[in-house]
Amino acid sequence: MADCEETLRELETYLDHELDAPARDAIQAHLTGCMDCLQAFDFHAELRTVISAKCQSDELPAGLMAKIERCFGEDFDGDGRIG
Amino acid sequence: MAERDDFAAQAMQYAPQLYSAALRMTRNAADAEDLVQETYLRAYRSFATFADGTNLRAWLFRILTNTFINSYRAKQRRPQETDLADVEDLYLYRRIGGVGAALSAEDTLFDLFTDGEVKAALENLPDAFRLPVLLADVEQFSYKEIAEMLDIPIGTVMSRLHRGRKAMHKALIDYATERGLMPRDEPEPEPTLAEPDRG
Repeated sequence: MADCEETLRELETYLDHELDAPARDAIQAHLTGCMDCLQAFDFHAELRTVISAKCQSDELPAGLMAKIERCFGEDFDGDGRIG
Repeated sequence: MAERDDFAAQAMQYAPQLYSAALRMTRNAADAEDLVQETYLRAYRSFATFADGTNLRAWLFRILTNTFINSYRAKQRRPQETDLADVEDLYLYRRIGGVGAALSAEDTLFDLFTDGEVKAALENLPDAFRLPVLLADVEQFSYKEIAEMLDIPIGTVMSRLHRGRKAMHKALIDYATERGLMPRDEPEPEPTLAEPDRG
């Protein structure tokens, strides 16, 4: 089982889902018994969700879809081929 | 081999994600529209080289990233790597945790920062850090996918994520502090004697 320092060092890699199974198991075993580390991991998982949601809250400009799809129907660059 | 006729049916669903990512990259709506349109045009033209059964979303993001790096990055004034704040590990967590009351039950992390603040915190990172953070934290790509998109080693992806995230977290704390939601990091200066009433 990993200690607090080792566990917190792997926080990002763990939340990135990039640890191999034994390393992930060691972290999970530690988190089961350590409220402080569990709280830090939960906080960062939530922060990641918040950042992701807020960075995708953009309205697609009206007409952009149609503008893109128009490219698929014509010879856009005059090279004799569609697209 | 993929048929061109299938392209729109399969690829257009990703337009909102690609547009948001393009906005974070170019930081400007007109350039973001152009970037997305150019990405779709390039993808459409090379759709024959796309192998069926592989990840279409990752392929589109790879084209978006390459198009941005090759066509848009050069023309923009960007913050430099040396502008990146050097921050201790777990800075944001400790600042918010230290305040304790900053996050009550109904006042969640989601409400602490505005959409605009989170976008600005990401967009103000230098390119070398902004692209990995965008691709990992917003778009959920793996280290290996990001390494391929940016043509850098996986170890470099990891170190840039680490430094970029910390700098982004520092910016978020700075925004919350400016809005008076967080106490200043440094102790407040001693109050000076009141000015005599000039009445």
